[in-house]
Amino acid sequence: MSVANTRAHELGPPIPGPSALGGSARRFAYLAATLAVTEFKLRFFGSALGYLWQLVRPLMLFGVLYLVFTEFVKIGDRVAFYPVVLLANIVLFTFFQEGTGAVGSVVDREGLVRKIHFPRMAIPVSVVLTAGFNLVLNLLVVMAFAVASGVRPRWSWLQAPVLVLLLAALVLGLAMLLSALYVRYRDVKPIWEVALQALFYGTPVIYAVETIGVSKTVQELIMMNPVAAILEQFRHAVIDPAAPTAAAAAGGTLRLLVPLGILVAVCALGYRVFDRAAPHIAEEL
Amino acid sequence: MPGVPAVSVEGVGKEFRLPHERAHTLKERALHPFRRPGAERLQALDAVSFAVAQGEFFGIVGRNGSGKSTLLKCLAGIYKVDRGEIRMRGRLSTFIELGVGFNPDLPARDNVLINGIMLGLSPKEALRRFDSIIAFAELEEFVDLKLKNYSSGMQVRLAFSVMSQVDADVLLIDEVLAVGDAAFQQKCFDVFQRLKDEGKTILFVTHDMAAVNRFCDRAVLLERGRVEVIGAPGDVGARYLQRNFDRDGARPEEGDEGRVGDGTAEIAEAWFEVDGARADVLPQGAETTLSVRVRFHAAVTEPAIAFLLENDRHDPLWAISNEDGDAPSGTHAAGDEAVFSVTFRNVFAPGRVHLTPWMVHAGGAPIIDRRPQLASAVVTAVHRSGGLVDLPCVMRYERGIRAPA
Repeated sequence: MSVANTRAHELGPPIPGPSALGGSARRFAYLAATLAVTEFKLRFFGSALGYLWQLVRPLMLFGVLYLVFTEFVKIGDRVAFYPVVLLANIVLFTFFQEGTGAVGSVVDREGLVRKIHFPRMAIPVSVVLTAGFNLVLNLLVVMAFAVASGVRPRWSWLQAPVLVLLLAALVLGLAMLLSALYVRYRDVKPIWEVALQALFYGTPVIYAVETIGVSKTVQELIMMNPVAAILEQFRHAVIDPAAPTAAAAAGGTLRLLVPLGILVAVCALGYRVFDRAAPHIAEEL
Repeated sequence: MPGVPAVSVEGVGKEFRLPHERAHTLKERALHPFRRPGAERLQALDAVSFAVAQGEFFGIVGRNGSGKSTLLKCLAGIYKVDRGEIRMRGRLSTFIELGVGFNPDLPARDNVLINGIMLGLSPKEALRRFDSIIAFAELEEFVDLKLKNYSSGMQVRLAFSVMSQVDADVLLIDEVLAVGDAAFQQKCFDVFQRLKDEGKTILFVTHDMAAVNRFCDRAVLLERGRVEVIGAPGDVGARYLQRNFDRDGARPEEGDEGRVGDGTAEIAEAWFEVDGARADVLPQGAETTLSVRVRFHAAVTEPAIAFLLENDRHDPLWAISNEDGDAPSGTHAAGDEAVFSVTFRNVFAPGRVHLTPWMVHAGGAPIIDRRPQLASAVVTAVHRSGGLVDLPCVMRYERGIRAPA
């Protein structure tokens, strides 16, 4: 009996092969969540303080930077609520760093990629999710610290979730882009590590954008960076209403279209690159 | 082919590019933007078609590099096919490796849930089946033990148990049975049998023809990415061995080291059989047959055909010829073929055995054809006495009466 006259029409549609998202949104969610939770559980496996490290680490970094920039370099004196601003910035940037740390994630999960059928994008998404859990927990600490430092709750706090989501979208776009490229080009990782360092200083994390003495143009250039725009708006909306809004710092609301455009472009590019690479990742590894 | 199809593979082709020199770094890319790295194309699968009926236990066999693993990965949706279509009825579960996603630092409880979800269960289902998974693996006392503290046998049991609890209509299994002891393998096959009785379809990838013979209803033999034959396991097995034999025979053909003879007839092939089927594994105690097929190129009268069985250290274990028993060969004309076989109960010590068949003219000379170590097989046994043979025997131990002091 030849294959042609079996009753193939009773069978399901042709197997599409591996893809970025897979057919079932539910399975995608289960997988991404499972991977993220596992990663989260394993993160501090074997350490005495366990999860507490997740809170202590940004606080320690904060301690070091705070000491340096209030006692020695004296940037902090010119910024209201400097400790709170610094801590919030560190926590947000740590999220950016952890989430884009997904660069090697697809390669590291080779065992899964080559052995089971699952939507490939669950991997970078899970990394961003794990970083997201940490961010949410860390932000609770930031808020407590803010209130203790005299910041009063305001309606504009409602902007915070929106800003965090925008940052998460940027991080996810980069995670997709980098992890897909890394499968083919292993130099992506060292390049990205240096880029992260540059971004750390190129973004108003330890300083406030309006205090840069150089020129208005440099300020405005810095504000084209979507991370900078998000951090600045967060500072204005959550911590210090007297701080300039992102729009003000950028030199006009319309100028915010640049960081927004970059954000959208990164997301679109990341998705496209990952989507195109997904069917062949198992072979390329 | 009976029944409704559960899996249909139509004209599937898959090609791999094997770059000679991989542009692995951006620098190389930047320096030579237009130079495409030269690549060899490897046709891993070529126009592969077959259909599997619902409830069938279907074997996919082939030698190393025949494309069977690539086919499995295409079936599993891990590789994208370049040409053709694969369709399935119902849910598919793949077991290319036991314990995908197992993490040694997490306790068994977490690992079972993670693995179940990886294999297609929802978290709720995984939780619901947790108890029966643990019960099947017989690991109730060790649920909270970290996986790295499990013995490898326990890990395999746990992994297999998760797999047996996943519901799927079609199961893809890759030689997971190569691991574990005989009792565990039996347990695995009991599970497969149960799944089969429940109407599930099983595709089993292996190069172990014995397993195919035992469990498969039908099988497909792949050779260099093409379908060589589809049919009953016996036929497929015979062709598989023949294929292996062709390849292995090709090397000695040039040298065929130590081959001597006057060419009036030739020994075409020699093989082992266990319980009537060709085998390269000979369980001790089983009814075993040595066979040789000869082809005559000239008229030959009353040739004698003999076998010599040696172990790896070239110790002769046994020599036997048709003249030793009641199997006269008679008169042959050019073009005749004959098969001579000797059946016995295998008493040899475990290890590799080599078969040297030869044929001489009546009277003991000259030699017509002698092909040293033409076939080999492995004798298996649970017990090893240390000698060349393990003879069945009866033992007795009698305690003497101590002489009064």
